[in-house]
Amino acid sequence: MLYREAGQFKSTYAEDQQIFPIRQDRIALAVFLAFALLVVPVIGNQYWLGALLTPFLIFSLAALGLNILTGYAGQLSLGTAAFMAVGAFMAYNFVLRVPGIPILLAFVLAGICAAAVGIVFGLPSLRIKGFYLAVATLACQFFVLWALQKFGWFSNHSTSGVITAQQIVILGYAFDTPARKYLLTLGVVAVMALAAKNLMRSETGRAFMAVRDMDVAASVIGIPMMRTKLLAFAISSFYCGVAGALHAFCYLGTVEPEAYSLDLSFRILFMIIIGGVGSILGAFLGAAFITLFPIFLSLASSWVNDLFGVEISHAVVSNLESIIFGGLIIFFLIVEPQGLARLWQITKEKLRLWPFPH
Amino acid sequence: MTRARLAIATALISAAAFSGQAAAQAKEQFVPVNSYWVGPYAPGGSGIAAGMIDYFKLLNERDRGINGVRITWEKCETEYRNDRGVECYERSKNKGPTGATLIHPLSTGITYSLIEKGTTDKIPVVSIGYGRTDASDGRVFPYVFPLMTNYWSQNTAKIKFIGMKEGGMVKLQGKKLVNLYHDSAYGKETIPILETQAKMYGFTVTHIAVPHPGNEQQAQWLQIRQVKPDWVILRGWGVMNPTALKAAAKIGFPRDHIIGVWWSGAEEDVIPAGQAAKGYIAAGFNAPGADHVVIGEIQKHVYAKGQGELEDKSRLGTIYYNRGVLWGILTTEAVRKAQERFGKGQPMTGEQVRWGLENLNIDDRRLKELGAVGFMQPLKVSCMDHEGGGAVKFQQWDGTQWKLLTDWIASDQSIVRPMIEASAAQYAQEKGITRRDCSTEK
Repeated sequence: MLYREAGQFKSTYAEDQQIFPIRQDRIALAVFLAFALLVVPVIGNQYWLGALLTPFLIFSLAALGLNILTGYAGQLSLGTAAFMAVGAFMAYNFVLRVPGIPILLAFVLAGICAAAVGIVFGLPSLRIKGFYLAVATLACQFFVLWALQKFGWFSNHSTSGVITAQQIVILGYAFDTPARKYLLTLGVVAVMALAAKNLMRSETGRAFMAVRDMDVAASVIGIPMMRTKLLAFAISSFYCGVAGALHAFCYLGTVEPEAYSLDLSFRILFMIIIGGVGSILGAFLGAAFITLFPIFLSLASSWVNDLFGVEISHAVVSNLESIIFGGLIIFFLIVEPQGLARLWQITKEKLRLWPFPH
Repeated sequence: MTRARLAIATALISAAAFSGQAAAQAKEQFVPVNSYWVGPYAPGGSGIAAGMIDYFKLLNERDRGINGVRITWEKCETEYRNDRGVECYERSKNKGPTGATLIHPLSTGITYSLIEKGTTDKIPVVSIGYGRTDASDGRVFPYVFPLMTNYWSQNTAKIKFIGMKEGGMVKLQGKKLVNLYHDSAYGKETIPILETQAKMYGFTVTHIAVPHPGNEQQAQWLQIRQVKPDWVILRGWGVMNPTALKAAAKIGFPRDHIIGVWWSGAEEDVIPAGQAAKGYIAAGFNAPGADHVVIGEIQKHVYAKGQGELEDKSRLGTIYYNRGVLWGILTTEAVRKAQERFGKGQPMTGEQVRWGLENLNIDDRRLKELGAVGFMQPLKVSCMDHEGGGAVKFQQWDGTQWKLLTDWIASDQSIVRPMIEASAAQYAQEKGITRRDCSTEK
């Protein structure tokens, strides 16, 4: 009843090919973006902005990067956190060593460095596939962390290897409060998500999906394997590198290489599995789930404590988190391999018929 | 309609539970207990949290809090991760009538993340025996307190102890040391000062890194066997410690020539190594054992009433538990000191507690009143010196318990202090902070 496209006629190719062809979708997205951009910074308190929404946006960007590589191009990768680390440390070094560099340019350059690393460690993908490629990217994860700790140049020879990200100043405007950092992150993530969506609808995206589905057939019809696979690694690592730079500058403020451990790579992989491989929305849904669910669990345990006086030990809550995530991943892989994004799609399809059942 | 009513009722109840704490404007002092009860470092995190909470319970039970202000707390799991630590801090910093009293990050990484946040939010970041060493210069770090002793101070005390064992500091000339460290920010902190001291006293030091978490050390101990050092300094954390001791036993390196730092000197570090740990020496800034007056008080007023935090009562008197009691003592003494200036019997804000921390003076008389003589060293904090103590005791594991070997060995501030001031000055320059002038402040 509400979600029908009766009366919406497309008269140009541009209208027909737009990302959101249904007017209700466009209105909903506009309202949502306006809310996120204008209302949330005003009503949000420091906890929500600094500790929940900003990391959610940053990890959804990283999940987006991994989704481009694993979901769209079919190359399994466990080196996501390493690319984030490269982005974080290179952004810090660019701002440190190039005086007066605009910070957004530093982020882009850091992303390009991460893309270069991604291309180098993506070379095995030309020979090996699937699980074996995952192991090769695991090598990337460990090597990058080792290199960042071994060569003091990356951390400006600090004794502890911890770097403190510099303040973000764009055109004289300092981004030092959580609200401003949130807005900067939201802007970067929105632009890059739009770019990713359009990229995946273009010829490059279709080439990626062809490589994912059957790379032999793809090469037979003329898609160049090396270029396509390395481009997938490059773009994915660029996204992860920018996410890492945002992670250092807009979220934690100080970073050490251990923050980008294998544990984080697995978390981002879980985000795209739960959210939905091969879908842009899936990256956001998965990131929202994985970043917010543990906090919800510990808040819920404190509510239970307040309401019923029963104290649930923190060890239990933390371990419950791991159990639930593991269970959910298995559940999603069996029942709905396309994740939460597919569930959202089904919801929209049902909404088209609502209030009728079929 | 009933479904909507049910939804509204649930929302109201959740809102009430969520905001319930803020409603009461009682005379309470809120302390966030952000620690870790899971993961490889859980023994340390859970022990320290239990000790601190038990001490708060003791004060609430026996003395009605601090001059009538009851201490409240809330636990938050950080999993020893920086992002969880920051999230727990943000969640807890505004709780209680005056906000969080101070924050114990219990992790060097989380301390680094919270330095700027704590300074902006005016909540002191207290990192007892860990954290950012150059924060001992309070002129650059007004809100950061690495109390009791920092990494560089304890390192000089350790070299003094080795010199003692060798028969004099001059005997260190030509000796070989190995620094086996956990490959993290915490582990790397002592490399520069060891190099400085090596030059000063004429010994050679080889730095060998153990990647986190440290349960694979074959390669490192093979290297140690080749180097054939006289002493090994074990700068480990968690599972790295018992693994190192077992590996040392395998290559036949005498354990009484391995000196551990205070994060490698607890029961949980040696018991898993079994016989291999006998003779191992470690540093500590709090004494072990349950035979201290303050521990006895906790047993009498808290555990006898079944209120204790520890589920396993045999952990009473272990190193980490006692360390937690020390945490509690320092927290409450700082609040008490702040109350002396800003209003006795009133809840204190973070800013006021900062003054309390900076003017903390726990002398022998106060230690006697607290029941902590021999348990902790006397402490005098000032604007210039946020460390306040600097001395450590050395203890040896005899197979069943830690036995104290020495009394308090002071650190060599003539080496440490210039390095701290230089490092703090560099930080101040990077961040554009002007150093406070301690003589003008009261």
